[in-house]
Formats: sequence, structure tokens, C-alpha cells
Amino acid sequence: MPTAMSLEWPTDDFSRIPFAAYLDEDIYVEEQERIFRGPVWSYLALEAEIPNTGDFITTYVGDTPVLVNRQRDGQVSAFVNRCMHRGSMLKRECRGNATMHTCLYHQWAYDLTGQLRAVPFAKGHMGRGGLPPDFDIKSVKLTSMRVESYRGVLFGTFSDETEPLVDYLGDNVRAELDRVFNRPISLLGYQRQRILGNWKLYNDNVRDPNHGALLHMFHATFGLYRPTQRGGVKMDDRHRHNISYSMMGTSDDDADAEAFAGTKKVFDKGFRLEDPSMLQYDKEYPDDVSLTILSIFPNMVMQQITNSLCTRQIQTRGPGELELYWTYFGYTDDDEKMTQHRLNQANLVGPGGLISMEDGEAVEMVHRAVKREQNEHGIVEIGGKGEIADHDYLVTEIPIRGFWSYYYELMGIEAEQAA
Amino acid sequence: MGSSGERDAVVALMIDYVHLIDEDRLEEWVELFTVDCTYKILSRENVDAGYPLELLSCHNKGMLRDRVVSLREANLYNLHTDKHVLGMVRTNQESDGVWTAQANFSVYQSTLDGETDLFAVGTYRDRVVFDDGRPLFAEKIVVNDTFAVARMLSTPI
Repeated sequence: MPTAMSLEWPTDDFSRIPFAAYLDEDIYVEEQERIFRGPVWSYLALEAEIPNTGDFITTYVGDTPVLVNRQRDGQVSAFVNRCMHRGSMLKRECRGNATMHTCLYHQWAYDLTGQLRAVPFAKGHMGRGGLPPDFDIKSVKLTSMRVESYRGVLFGTFSDETEPLVDYLGDNVRAELDRVFNRPISLLGYQRQRILGNWKLYNDNVRDPNHGALLHMFHATFGLYRPTQRGGVKMDDRHRHNISYSMMGTSDDDADAEAFAGTKKVFDKGFRLEDPSMLQYDKEYPDDVSLTILSIFPNMVMQQITNSLCTRQIQTRGPGELELYWTYFGYTDDDEKMTQHRLNQANLVGPGGLISMEDGEAVEMVHRAVKREQNEHGIVEIGGKGEIADHDYLVTEIPIRGFWSYYYELMGIEAEQAA
Repeated sequence: MGSSGERDAVVALMIDYVHLIDEDRLEEWVELFTVDCTYKILSRENVDAGYPLELLSCHNKGMLRDRVVSLREANLYNLHTDKHVLGMVRTNQESDGVWTAQANFSVYQSTLDGETDLFAVGTYRDRVVFDDGRPLFAEKIVVNDTFAVARMLSTPI
């Protein structure tokens, strides 16, 4: 039975990734325990999705169904979305409002704190049947997660060991969330994308600024992102999270043409959009950063692509499938024109995104090709080997090594080797 | 053109729409729209919840052309062929030369290896106007029930 521990990791700087880590069923099961049920904060939702008492959403942490709701005291709580009686899914809807959560199967009813409140026919009928006298309804609670919010972004953890959320995020990530969630947001809607590939391939993808203008030719062609622009990557102290950032208009066409020479990719200075409104950046933060991809271990991405803002949640569906759940937002003080501009720029990303549609294909191409190459390794050396540290250039995939260094730790690989 | 002649032309336009996509004649497909057309692919999830976000939106014919140019020149996507199945069309004449029409559809995608999957099921909600006797889409709203999009939404549906 291969486990992550028994895989071959030939370099200690994570510049070689064993393909089996993406494919193996046992490793996947272990990840659900050690990562998604382990000492990490998983992204759940935005507070703006559940503003009122009783508002709820259902989601997944890894592949565990989770119910998130706002209690009467205003606090948000999250539970495994299953009845404690016989295991039936408690809420089937994606979102809604409820005063109680009543299981459809046998009508066991829980309040918004997850406390069991009522069981029908608890005393049976005519003094016969029902629950035994020593059954204590008060002792039954839904399996809950610890929930913390930062700037209206909700995270949950199953582990008592997890450090406080502010420490988990670290200074750089908090600064990025402070920047984007600087005022109340308003939701614009959702998109979903099902990708037949491993969830870590997508985590790699978002920590890889190098691919941005090579795979996504729309980016490069229309200058939204080029690796020749000013930008870089910033991580947390443990290198598990990453912020890739860049600034539009900081490269010139001639330098770009030279950089792209030999790629056999279209790079035609002559291309113009008939309607270029989609490419326009209405600067809205104090800095000049026009593109930010923030990845928070293990399941969250937040993007600012010019004025298009959204979170992406990575839900796992087995080793070979993931669902991306995109939540788009603007600010409550956006005028009609700005809302329209953000909706227009939503064309850049998502499953139909002019920029991002390729990511699904890239993940699937890898997943299919390495099926019988499980003892082989992917190479991660762009940007440099050895030390994992922040840097101010974009031809890099160093943050991928950061992801794997933390993965390695959570999966207990070091401990095993030491023993 | 009489009203039944116009109705036939509206239905023929909806048929052309699906066949031009399936035959990968997207440059001609763009010509089925008015200059200031609205084209949107909506997720049923957002429609039901009252959110404005689209899966894809074009607010004029230029943006439609940009989509096609981007697909041809810039985007890399899962190579496939599309096959639409168009349901019966329900039409309504709004005024002289202005019609609304609605029909359900399904789209199957087949890979280069000849494997076929059902890609999307949904409803077209169209507004058709006549320009010099020729029907054109002033508005085409595609409500996609299959809003958990498999792989990606590359070619129009």
C-alpha cells in the first residue's frame, strides 16, 4: 500500500515531485485525514453570503460535506452536514435560511448551534417504543468545526491543534486580505468548474506565475500579464501560502517579443480587441498591482485580475477530480457602471474565462499522462533551486516547492524518515 | 413577410445558430447577431438565486467577434466537436418584426478519441428582430442547467 511516506522524494528542496502523490487512492484518503481534518484552516465561505440569522450555505472541506450557518448571536458555526442519528445529509440545498435544521429522514431537529433539540416520538406511542429513558438529547450535537473569520473571509478547522487563524495566514496574506477586503463587499454570483485531475495539480497551477503567459496566451497577447512585467511572489513563513502579483504596463512590446521568441506561440503586436473595455483597469487600490493570485493552503485562491475579484474554493472529489467553486464579488459602494465593468471582466476567468479556461485542460493533461509514470517525478526548478524565499521576478515556480514543503510536513514524511 | 413567414424565419435562425456552432463556422455564427446584441450564458444557480453574474457575456457584436478571434488565436482548449439537439421552439410575436422565442437544448461534446459526453442542457431565451427582412438575434440568453461546467466552456453553447 503506497503512502506519501513511502514515495521517493529525491531532493530535499522539493524540486522533484513524485507523480504518485497525485494519483494514489490511499494517499488521497490519508490527505483527507492529515490535511483536511488536520491542523489547517480551510476556506469555507464569505460572511457576506450569510448576513442574517439562520442564513446557511452548504459546501465541502476536502470531500466532507459541511453546513455553515449564522447563529442567533451573530456568530458563524460550521458542522459536518450529516445527522447524528443515521448519517443522512442534513441540508441538501446550496443555500437558504432556516431556524432549525431538521433531518428529512427521521425529523431529528438541530438548532443553529448544532444542538439536537427534538426527536419525534421520543416517548414512543402509548408508552411503548421511542428512545430509551437514559437517552440524553442534550448530549447530541452535530460534529462541529472551529470557525474563524478574517476580514469577512470564513475559515474552519477540524483540529484542536490548529494555530490561531491570524498566525496561520501570516503577515503577507493578511496584508493582501486587508487590501482587497478593505470595505463591505457585495456578491455577484457563482461559477463552478469540474476538472478531472488531482486537487494538488490545481494548487501547483496557482503557485506558478511562469505558466501565466505561456499557457494563457490571451494574457500575453493583450498585455494583462506578461512575465516581463514588474511583479513577484510573496509567501508566509512556512511557504504554504503564496501571493503572485504583477503590474500591467510595466513591460514593453519589443522586450516581450524577444522573450517569447522561440515559443511557437502567437505573440502578435497587431492583435486588438474590437471591444477593449474588458482589458481596462480602473485602479482601486493604493498600489500599482493589477493582478494578484493569492493561494491559501489547502483549498483557497483569491484573485484580483484588474477589477475582477473572486475567491475560488478547491473541493476534492477523489484523487482524480476536483470542483472549483468561484464566488465573485464587488463592493457595496460600487456604482452601476463599476458593477457592469466587474461583470464584464468576469469574462476573463472562470470555466469560460478568456484567460483561465486553459487551467482545466492543463491539469487534465498532466493527470492523464502520468498515470503509468507514478515512480517518475515532475521537475520544479524554474526560478531557482534550494532555498524557498520571496522574490521580485515572475519567471518562477518556486512557490510550488513551498506548497510541497508544507504538504510533506503535514503528511508526516519527515517524522517517518527520522524514525 | 406575413407573420407565419416571420415565425418560420425565427425558427430557421435558431436552427442556423446550432448548426454553425457544430460545424465550427463561428465567424458566420457571429453574423446571426445585431450590432448591439446581448449574448449571455447564465448559470441556472445564479438565475435562481438572483445574482447577475454570467458564465460568458457579450454586449455587442464586436465582443462576440473577440471571443471567436480569441478561440482561434489565443486560447488552448479541449479539442472536441459539438453536437446540439434543439427542442421544439415556442415563439411569440411581440410587435411588428420583433419576436421572442424559447427552446430547450442539449449539447454533446466528443473528444478526438471519439468519446462523447453530455456537456450541457438548458434553455435558449431569444429576442429576434428583422433587419431588412432578415432575422437577427438582438438578445440570446442561454440558461445553462449544467452549471457545474465539465472541464471548460470554450466553444459557445
